[in-house]
Amino acid sequence: MAERILMKGNEAIAEAAIRAGCRHYFGYPITPQTEIAAYMAKKMPKIGGVFLQAESEIASINMVYGAAAAGMRVMTSSSSPGVSLKAEGLSYIAGSDVPALVVNVQRGGPGLGGIQPSQSDYFQATKGGGHGDYRMIVLAPASVQEMASLTIKGFDLADKYCVTSMILADGTIGQMMEPITFEDTEPKVYDKPWALTGTEGKRKHNVVNSLYLKPDELEKKNFERYEKYAEIEKNEAMWEEYMMDDAEYCVVAFGIASRVAKNAVVAAREEGIKVGLIRPITLWPFPTAAFEAAQDKVKAFISVELNMGQMIEDIRLATGCKKPVSLCNRTGGMIPGPDEVLEAIRNAKKGAL
Amino acid sequence: MAVVFEKPKSLTDAPFHYCPGCPHGIIHRLVAEVMDELGIEGKAIGVAPVGCAVMAYDYFACDMIEAPHGRAPAVATGIKRCRPENVVFTYQGDGDLASIGMAETVHSAARNENITVIFVNNAIYGMTGGQMAPTSLPGQVTQTSPYGRDVNHCGWPIRVSEMLSTLEGPEYIARVAVNNVKNVKNAKKAIKKAFENQINGKGFSLVEVVSACPTNWGMTPKAALEWIESDMLPYYPIGVYKDRSAGEEK
Repeated sequence: MAERILMKGNEAIAEAAIRAGCRHYFGYPITPQTEIAAYMAKKMPKIGGVFLQAESEIASINMVYGAAAAGMRVMTSSSSPGVSLKAEGLSYIAGSDVPALVVNVQRGGPGLGGIQPSQSDYFQATKGGGHGDYRMIVLAPASVQEMASLTIKGFDLADKYCVTSMILADGTIGQMMEPITFEDTEPKVYDKPWALTGTEGKRKHNVVNSLYLKPDELEKKNFERYEKYAEIEKNEAMWEEYMMDDAEYCVVAFGIASRVAKNAVVAAREEGIKVGLIRPITLWPFPTAAFEAAQDKVKAFISVELNMGQMIEDIRLATGCKKPVSLCNRTGGMIPGPDEVLEAIRNAKKGAL
Repeated sequence: MAVVFEKPKSLTDAPFHYCPGCPHGIIHRLVAEVMDELGIEGKAIGVAPVGCAVMAYDYFACDMIEAPHGRAPAVATGIKRCRPENVVFTYQGDGDLASIGMAETVHSAARNENITVIFVNNAIYGMTGGQMAPTSLPGQVTQTSPYGRDVNHCGWPIRVSEMLSTLEGPEYIARVAVNNVKNVKNAKKAIKKAFENQINGKGFSLVEVVSACPTNWGMTPKAALEWIESDMLPYYPIGVYKDRSAGEEK
């Protein structure tokens, strides 16, 4: 049986990446994710891997771009202000169709913001961040176990579709410790015929590039990329449902907010309110199917977020605004207590009745 | 019949898009000839910049990647750290390398990253139509310094080779020019050394090539080459600024 280990969320990401076959990490220090770099700095030299502290987030994402183009499983990690700096590279990586894993252990913003947990980079992660038409697969872990399992999943999805997978975590899950297990599986290996390896005189040169000066070519490239994104939307949406079978009200929350929300759902049930929870695990693709199923049975949705209301827009889109959606939120590094979420559930019940 | 002259194998058949009289063609050819002579075309991975040479990925026959503006040394670092057995080079202009990409340049040099950097300094932003570069000379008229570069307003041009040579890290820093046959021949020698250093595991080697931009300088190609001699080279003297293995036997 697999061994149970007590680990910090950030360390779980690093260990999972190594187990997924990642041997190249490029990063730049920023709170609250620096444990990932520290773990890599310690481990990589011992296993024939590369840890390199870059001069900036911009340099680190471009090192990732180079390593990804060279065909390697590669990652970087940062927190909110640092991810803004990586946005240029994320756009180039998307425009060049190379796979990478990027971790954002979110802190409060905008600007330098704070160092306490936040989910205020939802827009940045799911709607773009960098310039141009592109998407990233966005995975939202809600436990230390998921920090590990979604990291491994993230590498596989990135390689499968030649996209960036982003782990959108937050300072709480990054810093907290929980027991986890690692499955004893070999990393999946994907064929990368486009990789920069040197031609060895045996093939035409490979070119990794995002420049298309002819507009019809660029349009074609973008159309093709969106066909790939449509495949991802069709196949890869993940979510968890909790007490949704007979639910009349639906709380929606991801990451650390979902753990608070779950407690509130249990408390509301004790008061006789039939409420359930949908927890999106992929934020892009957004689990629209879960909402299409729920919108006819529930009277209202309550979005619980650590921001000023970002995911709520996707809930409204996924439900076609058929049912009211209220917002229960804290921001700036504050986390709502279960009592605040319970109050929001009670208010939704009052409003909908 | 004996072949006395041919295109280097390290260049593709794609016609260059460069303006008439632009020395990029010469510099591409020098890099390609060196790759041929060292027999590294099959091992080489090139990093193209943003600037006039952005489409270098179409011209070099080796594997190529196109980097974001200024980030070529970081991209090259990522590749080289993954594939140390390959020969990785960047080809960058002055806006790319010495303005937006200065941090990447300095830090890859400081790390003595085992890559080769070809730095084309023509004292102007070419592709965007002739704006002031970090290497534009005092008084130089450009689109964004229409009254001449006023050093009291926007500072002094940066001597990249001299600056990098103060670092402990880099192996080899040299400045060459391509304004006459003698200088072109010497430029090739420096480029060859910069590639040999990488093959021999010696580390960061940068060749600054003082070049011309007749189009945006508003000169004929001949006058531009003369301006290199009369105005560029006094500010940017040719020479080897750092060579850690100087004097070592071959």
